Amino acid sequence: MIGFFLRRVIQSLLILLGVSLITFVLLYWLPADPVRQIAGRSATAQTVENIRQQLGLDQPLWVQYWRYLTGLVQGDLGRSYLQKTEVSTLIASRLPASLLLMAGAIFAELLIGLSMGVIAALRRGTATDQSLMIVSFIGVSAPQFVVGLLLLYVFAVQLGWFPIGGYGTFAHLVLPSMTLGILGSGWYSRMMRSSMIEVLRQDYVRTARAKGLTRLRVIFRHALPNAILPIIAMIGIDIGIFMGGIVVVESVFGWPGIGQLAWQAIQRVDIPIIMGVTLVSAAAIVIGNLLADLISLLVDPRIRTR
Amino acid sequence: MKNLIATTAMAICLALPAGADGYKPDPNAQSGGNIVITYKDDVATLDPAIGYDWQNWSMIKSIFDGLMDYTPGTTDLRPGLAESYTISDDGKVFTFKLRSGVKFHNGREMTAEDVVYSLNRVTNPATQSPGAGFFWSIKGFDEVASGEAETLEGVTITDPTTVQIELSRPDATFLHVMALNFASVVPREAVEAAGDDFGKKPVGTGAFSLADWTIGQRLVFAKNKDYWRNGVPYLDQITFEVGQEPIVALLRLQNGEVDVPGDGIPPAKFQEVMNDPAQAERVVEGGQLHTGYITLNTQIPPFDNADVRRAVNMAINKERIIQIINGRAIPATQPLPPTMPGYTKDYKGYAFDQAAAKAMLADAGFADGFETELYVMNTDPNPRIAQAIQQDLASIGITAGIKSLAQANVIAAGGEADQAPMIWSGGMAWIADFPDAANFYGPILGCSGAVQGGWNWSWYCNEALDAKASEADAIVDPARADERLEMWSEIYMSVMEDAPWVPVFNEQRYTMRSPRMGGADALYVDPVSIPVNYDYVYVTD
Repeated sequence: MIGFFLRRVIQSLLILLGVSLITFVLLYWLPADPVRQIAGRSATAQTVENIRQQLGLDQPLWVQYWRYLTGLVQGDLGRSYLQKTEVSTLIASRLPASLLLMAGAIFAELLIGLSMGVIAALRRGTATDQSLMIVSFIGVSAPQFVVGLLLLYVFAVQLGWFPIGGYGTFAHLVLPSMTLGILGSGWYSRMMRSSMIEVLRQDYVRTARAKGLTRLRVIFRHALPNAILPIIAMIGIDIGIFMGGIVVVESVFGWPGIGQLAWQAIQRVDIPIIMGVTLVSAAAIVIGNLLADLISLLVDPRIRTR
Repeated sequence: MKNLIATTAMAICLALPAGADGYKPDPNAQSGGNIVITYKDDVATLDPAIGYDWQNWSMIKSIFDGLMDYTPGTTDLRPGLAESYTISDDGKVFTFKLRSGVKFHNGREMTAEDVVYSLNRVTNPATQSPGAGFFWSIKGFDEVASGEAETLEGVTITDPTTVQIELSRPDATFLHVMALNFASVVPREAVEAAGDDFGKKPVGTGAFSLADWTIGQRLVFAKNKDYWRNGVPYLDQITFEVGQEPIVALLRLQNGEVDVPGDGIPPAKFQEVMNDPAQAERVVEGGQLHTGYITLNTQIPPFDNADVRRAVNMAINKERIIQIINGRAIPATQPLPPTMPGYTKDYKGYAFDQAAAKAMLADAGFADGFETELYVMNTDPNPRIAQAIQQDLASIGITAGIKSLAQANVIAAGGEADQAPMIWSGGMAWIADFPDAANFYGPILGCSGAVQGGWNWSWYCNEALDAKASEADAIVDPARADERLEMWSEIYMSVMEDAPWVPVFNEQRYTMRSPRMGGADALYVDPVSIPVNYDYVYVTD
């Protein structure tokens, strides 16, 4: 098991190295010139060249990448071109907010998705089932920008139950978590529905029912724990989807996370920040997958023998 | 705004008696109170040598001061940290007498040394200031810019409270340059102690000091009780909340949580707000020194033919484009916006006449039209505007493909001689750095901007006009200011004759204030302290 774990860690590190290389090369090829962004529109050609030299952007690609990599292994993500602040400081100050939002979103999507899935499975083929599946389809397809604004308008502006965007208290967390969670809950409800239907067909469920257990007890004690297993592994993969979603949701709700940071950096070609956020997100996805593997391993001994 | 033209023209006449200040304190103003202002984008830096964004421009003006300043809500120059100034007869030596007793936020008194240090710092390539180029006229600038020298030869201290700045050639815009944020006076010890983090730990002489900054969330400015201008600022505290979508900011303003949405009224909500009398009453409208234009690349055939460019000028329906942005602009006839001194009032521009445009195109040998490309920034409403332009061009036989790209990529394409035949400037359009006619020429219409990576996306280079521009800017004598403006007017008329641009519209700014905010409307759409002049607004409750 330790061997398996080590192998996966080494694989993960190689993936991160690959991500850093690909992102770096893509940003290098970008037709937009970061030096022009720094130098501003009144700069002379000489000023531009000066800045290019100072940042080492006049060096060949591999020299630049090597320098970035040597900094990276020492934990140095460089300084933002435009803010001049250390990228690690900027990310560190925003990462907790994003992680909190992600935790809230996972909770929201499990809560909504699993309950919808279970109900749909139990009412299979009925109008309830169909309408729940339509709702989940809408949840998956609706643009998060729209969902966010809609929730904000209804629950914060009209009803006044939650603050209109911002960060700080539990009340601030609810709407952005729901917005992110609704997307995932669509997937989860469908997964949960089919998994539950599958489990309900199993012999041990029939046995449980046959020995006279109440319906609720059969569902919560016997069917649900087994149906949920394949879904837990999905949470790890979810983190990747969230990384995409938080860029939009954070901007709608004024949530001070790394998504906002990335969005602004992309607009201004602030390459060190784009690199930093990409690597941190990639690390989050890799760690999520690693955790998913570990959880599967712990809950399902059959994988261990592979 | 109309009388701005007259008042600005007067300001350009440097005939101001030293210490003149057209500002009359607001009799209703009261001290105290906290306000909340929102912005969508985070504040990158408050270092006056670096900051060049919408959201930090007037924040920096509130934390720092320069030798020159503007009367609040106007484009009239007035002395700032300089108590008075004199200009030599040849227009090459500016002597500034400093105010005494001005203290930095750290308690130390500001000296002539600080002024010299600040100018040397902003021009030093190591500072990487986007504003360094504005100081080109100071003697010794080239040596500092190239790294050969550390200090500007032309900037000297003649006595402990007097700084003399010698220029390499007369520059009528120099007092405006000294009023730019980039010319703010910073204390050496604070800059050196903070190093690259000075932008997050700013220390200036301004009306407010930075009390707290939670990165990505909020900045809190506290009143500088020792501010050298008596009576201001009125507010005790300003909280800037960042990362707020304009549409969310507006909802919060309606809910009484926000006092001013820093990014203005979002276009999607504009009609709704204007149709509601209670809200419309609190809307503030102001002109801005902005022109939106289409560049026609004079190096790429067939736009190398002036008649083709003139035909395009006649083909564009500007009124319809203005409808796309809910009427938040006025049609432009020339490069300068109407509020800028030097604007040619009686010039009507190319008339909208697609039949005549088609005929002119046929005479130029393109009876069957041609194919070309229109580059545009990919955020709303710019792609929709590009489609309107595309239709107008189609009606005179020109088939234009739309290239909708991220801002940085459009800017990069414009900076290549052979890449973008046409660019719609929306989202990247020129907003004046300072209120002077010269600011709309050099980088965007002059030969110096027609270089790789430059901003002259028409690649228009008329050396006779460049020479005339230099000649105009050599007129520093206040008595001849009208003559100078007349020359600038002629320059822009010659540009229109050559037609490297289609000037499309001059955008108006619309913002809102909460019911409790007081102070003249002009402070909320200040042409210089963009977007809001924080030092002079107040609350009434």
